[in-house]
Amino acid sequence: MKTALLLIKRHIKLFFKDKGMFLTSLITPAILLVLYATFLGNVYRDSFTASLPAGLQLSDQLINGLVGGQLISSILAVSCVTVSFCSNFLMVQDKANGTVNDLRISPVRPSVLSLSYYVATLCSTLVICYAAMALCLVYVAIVGWYLSVADVFLLCLDILLLVLFGTALSSIINFFLSTQGQISAVGTVISSGYGFICGAYMPISSFGEGLQKVIMLLPGTYGTSLVRNHAMRGALAEMEGEGVPAEAMDALREVLDCRLDFFGNKVEPGAMYAVLAVTVVALIGIYVLMNALRKKEK
Amino acid sequence: MKNIIEIEHLCKSFGEIKAVQDLSFCVKEGELFAFLGVNGAGKSTTIHILCGQLEKDGGSVTVDGKDLDKDPVGVKRQLGVVFQGSVLDAALSVYDNLESRAALYGITGAAFRERLQELCRLLQFEDLLKRPLGKLSGGQRRRIDIARALLHRPRILILDEPTTGLDPQTRRLLWSVIAQLRETEGLTVFLTTHYMEEAADADYVVILDNGQIAAKGTPLELKNAYTGDFITVYGATETEIKALQVPYEPLRDAFRLQVPSTAAATELILQSPSLFRDYEVTKGKMDDVFLSVTGKKLTGGDEK
Repeated sequence: MKTALLLIKRHIKLFFKDKGMFLTSLITPAILLVLYATFLGNVYRDSFTASLPAGLQLSDQLINGLVGGQLISSILAVSCVTVSFCSNFLMVQDKANGTVNDLRISPVRPSVLSLSYYVATLCSTLVICYAAMALCLVYVAIVGWYLSVADVFLLCLDILLLVLFGTALSSIINFFLSTQGQISAVGTVISSGYGFICGAYMPISSFGEGLQKVIMLLPGTYGTSLVRNHAMRGALAEMEGEGVPAEAMDALREVLDCRLDFFGNKVEPGAMYAVLAVTVVALIGIYVLMNALRKKEK
Repeated sequence: MKNIIEIEHLCKSFGEIKAVQDLSFCVKEGELFAFLGVNGAGKSTTIHILCGQLEKDGGSVTVDGKDLDKDPVGVKRQLGVVFQGSVLDAALSVYDNLESRAALYGITGAAFRERLQELCRLLQFEDLLKRPLGKLSGGQRRRIDIARALLHRPRILILDEPTTGLDPQTRRLLWSVIAQLRETEGLTVFLTTHYMEEAADADYVVILDNGQIAAKGTPLELKNAYTGDFITVYGATETEIKALQVPYEPLRDAFRLQVPSTAAATELILQSPSLFRDYEVTKGKMDDVFLSVTGKKLTGGDEK
């Protein structure tokens, strides 16, 4: 146990001492927040107000609160996964510069070594994602705050689950990488591709039917939906209180990916948590198994 | 002395390239064993197999009675390795580096601090503990590499070109520490080096060429087998030396004659005692052995 803890301490220290690695990870959510707040926010707001039923008047603060919730849910859903890929850089760097040979000539078990990388990446990613969440909440507080304490708590839980998922996924993919060039390439692909796949840049409901079905098979989608539900619940409840018809609210929840249908069946939040939790456990199991069964170099 | 490392019929290929071919040798407990060869001769491949980093194609490796295939963890506990280049973390302090590496062997807390104190005294690096490894000089960093290899009190220390690029003072310090460890703890040292004067101090030498053993023996045996003796004659003229009809090399104030053996040197001196008024007889050097065995010259890491 002490061995694992000291290895985790080593990985975390190296991550935070490497300014390049740390800043690259932190910059992703920061850029997204600036991008959303300055550009996409207006697009979302205009599109949302244009779709409101004729004669319905909502306050600017409520509209901004809803759009703000949509923005921060997108940022957080993407960041949890992309930041974990950046944070997991050390695992590949150790292979690239030969440090892993120094670790592997010792009698330490491969499963301990692999889990130490996982836990260290998890901790680093959580620090960055919770910092990003704090920034996002400040933004929402400025544009229109409708979150309850329970919503904030659940957002924290969603982020934890998504980071667990992102870290496990990045650990499995990074297992096959051995150069810094490879991890940069993978990082770029993930950063640009995952946002679309999880519906952060465009709502899943706006994709074609075939693509929607494929996306529903991806576990990360449910994490995104959970974040959306909790980031926008307060604003949506306020809209219901102001007399927006139930049918319009249902349609809105679908458009905003708060409600997901898995091949015609509505997916409840409990099921979303279950999908994510089972996926995390399965991915960690696969990752540990891959390391345990890893053969020596041929 | 018992064998602490036994390698039998070791084979390893990378595609078409046969890196190690039917390699068999033993290392005796407590000895300084030199493993020589030009780059690509198969030294690093053998070391990587020995350390459990690389899968072998055939043969067996036994370390202190433990078969590498059956008890790799047992073998790893016996080995301390100083790699060619430092593989410690440049961004972390010396203390953090050694703490994380000691943990790999289950050495933590008070046990770690105690061992650290011992190594600080032995390798004289107490004042470096708080400094980032990346800020240390090459010699200082090498001392930390050796401390890392010794953390778990291994019975065998593998030194893969440990003194390349080091200043003479640091080289002397490292060799004095290693001599001390051999004496006090019976440490076996498995050395690869490009410095032939270091190999000359070894108890046993194996020279590798193209993945095969080209020669093996004590330095004396190798010198006797692969080089002749040299007689350096002072106060003679070149005409007198030429008359001896043996190969020679003029020096600044002497002539260096090459003879096949010590017996031949004695015979030559007895033939012309008046010429040999001031002279010395020396054995060939390990450089000459290496050149004779492989047809190649080792000079600071490059083949010539």
